[in-house]
Amino acid sequence: MIEAHQLTKRYGEKTAVDRLDFTVRPGTVTGFLGPNGAGKSTTMRMIVGLDAPTSGSVRVNGHRYAAHAAPLQEVGALLEAKSIHPGRSAFNHLMAQAHTHGIPRARVEEVIELTGLQSVARKRAGAFSLGMGQRLGIAAALLGDPATVMLDEPVNGLDPEGVLWIRNLLTSLAAEGRTVFVSSHLMSEVALVADHLIIVGRGRLLADTTVQELVRQAGGDVVKVASADPARLRAALAGPGVEVTGRAGSEELLVTGLPARTIGLRAAEQGIALFELATRTVSLEEAFMDLTRDAVEYHGTTTTAESAAAGAGAESPRSAA
Amino acid sequence: MSTVAPSQTPAAAAQRPARPAYRVTPARVLRSEWAKLWSLRSTWITLGLGLLFLVAFGLIAAFQFKSRITSGRPMDRDFADASALSLSLFGTNFAQLALGVLGVLVAAGEYSTGMIRSTLAAVPRRLPVLWSKATVYGLIVLLLGTVGVFTAFLADSGILSGTRAAMTFSDAGVLRGLLGAGLYLALVGVIGVALGALLRSVAGGISVLVASLMLVPGLISLLPSSWQTHISPYLPSHAGEAMFALHHDATTLSPAAGLVVFLLWTVLALAGAAVRLVRSDA
Repeated sequence: MIEAHQLTKRYGEKTAVDRLDFTVRPGTVTGFLGPNGAGKSTTMRMIVGLDAPTSGSVRVNGHRYAAHAAPLQEVGALLEAKSIHPGRSAFNHLMAQAHTHGIPRARVEEVIELTGLQSVARKRAGAFSLGMGQRLGIAAALLGDPATVMLDEPVNGLDPEGVLWIRNLLTSLAAEGRTVFVSSHLMSEVALVADHLIIVGRGRLLADTTVQELVRQAGGDVVKVASADPARLRAALAGPGVEVTGRAGSEELLVTGLPARTIGLRAAEQGIALFELATRTVSLEEAFMDLTRDAVEYHGTTTTAESAAAGAGAESPRSAA
Repeated sequence: MSTVAPSQTPAAAAQRPARPAYRVTPARVLRSEWAKLWSLRSTWITLGLGLLFLVAFGLIAAFQFKSRITSGRPMDRDFADASALSLSLFGTNFAQLALGVLGVLVAAGEYSTGMIRSTLAAVPRRLPVLWSKATVYGLIVLLLGTVGVFTAFLADSGILSGTRAAMTFSDAGVLRGLLGAGLYLALVGVIGVALGALLRSVAGGISVLVASLMLVPGLISLLPSSWQTHISPYLPSHAGEAMFALHHDATTLSPAAGLVVFLLWTVLALAGAAVRLVRSDA
């Protein structure tokens, strides 16, 4: 359980985290989303006491992180991947961490096995690939068998197999009743594992929601329909929960609340000719982008990346009647 | 990443028994810092160098002195009033650099590598980390330095027996000088740790260490001489020297006063490090 209350961090003029209020609950995976520079890492650093809040507070399992007798047992954190001395072996790194808490050597060996580092555990951690470094960071996070697991961009640098492994790990940790808090700047990645979403931009809380709710808020799926008689079609489709929009003089309508199939059948009943019938799927990525558009710290000089991402999954014709 | 079986690894975490009760204690933080220190190759190399400097330069100084005597060449100023003690401590100047630099690395190395994030995540109260680093490293250098100077003295008194520089452990000031030198090196090590933690930069820590031990005494000579006599004895290097020098005069502190002043410098550096550690974001 992580509770942030009016959490704020300022660096001189710049406000990195701005009055954040949120709660991360046990038993589910909570995604922490936001564009680069949104204050995700700073927030996580404040949770484990590496940075002190300018104002406000954040508590872990009811107390300040530093007030716990065994901090590693409360929160296991993966912050930046290379929080290690490159000259020390993975085993010695974990062992040094374990000594502070009296964690037995057997547990160190257990997390090494859990993260698949057996073959490299005695090698200098500085020679590790990004993916292995990430695994070592996760091994360190799990060392204290923590009630809360907090990972900052855990899939960075992992190969597809590693990404899958992280997904399974996160869901199984949550299933054991732990609090799992994972940051990412990629909605698509988080949506696969997270039930709950905390979305930030420029340090502010943009949404504290669930994946389903976000889809619903984004308006669900939209069907675009072009017909010979939009006025009559509009009347035929009207009903509770159905919203039809369209410009006057245009033969196109945008319909939410009805599947393309139903729209096609209704039009056929009324004898209205259809020229086009296409479902436009709302992608979570798009909903996320809409939410954070104004909060993106660094805009590219062209919009190609953005429109390419928005275009993915949109305008996919599914059925035509 | 062929070592991983994604389908089974998460399941291994699934059935865990009741959670054991872990706890951070000062002794465990010490244990951790001890393990961290010895698990780096640079520790072994630098400590080895420190010991080598102490013994080797002590021996070289004694051989030089003896060859001057037997050849009958005139003594240069450095050797004029040499004793077995001063000759065997010849290596401290070099050893203090190696050992002080390793002290800086022990603390500042964590910042330059990012290790500090792991360290402070495990011990978020922070101060126990500084005390443990200073204690572990200080004690190791105390032992190593003392062994080094005693070894050098034993060897040198063999080489110098029969010359006017010959001394034994029973001579006045010898034991005090040797123990003082060991303690001096240990405190230089602790100051190194403190400077590393204070400045959070390996280069910065080493610069300040070298400057305060070697450059500042030279710069002081630029001051008016009436100032010099008041300031000079209290400089870290001169106060430290008083701990192991055989002869003391009006311009130097007594060994006890030297120890007190040098301890104060150490405490000052540690206090600065403690304040920075607690106040600043890691």
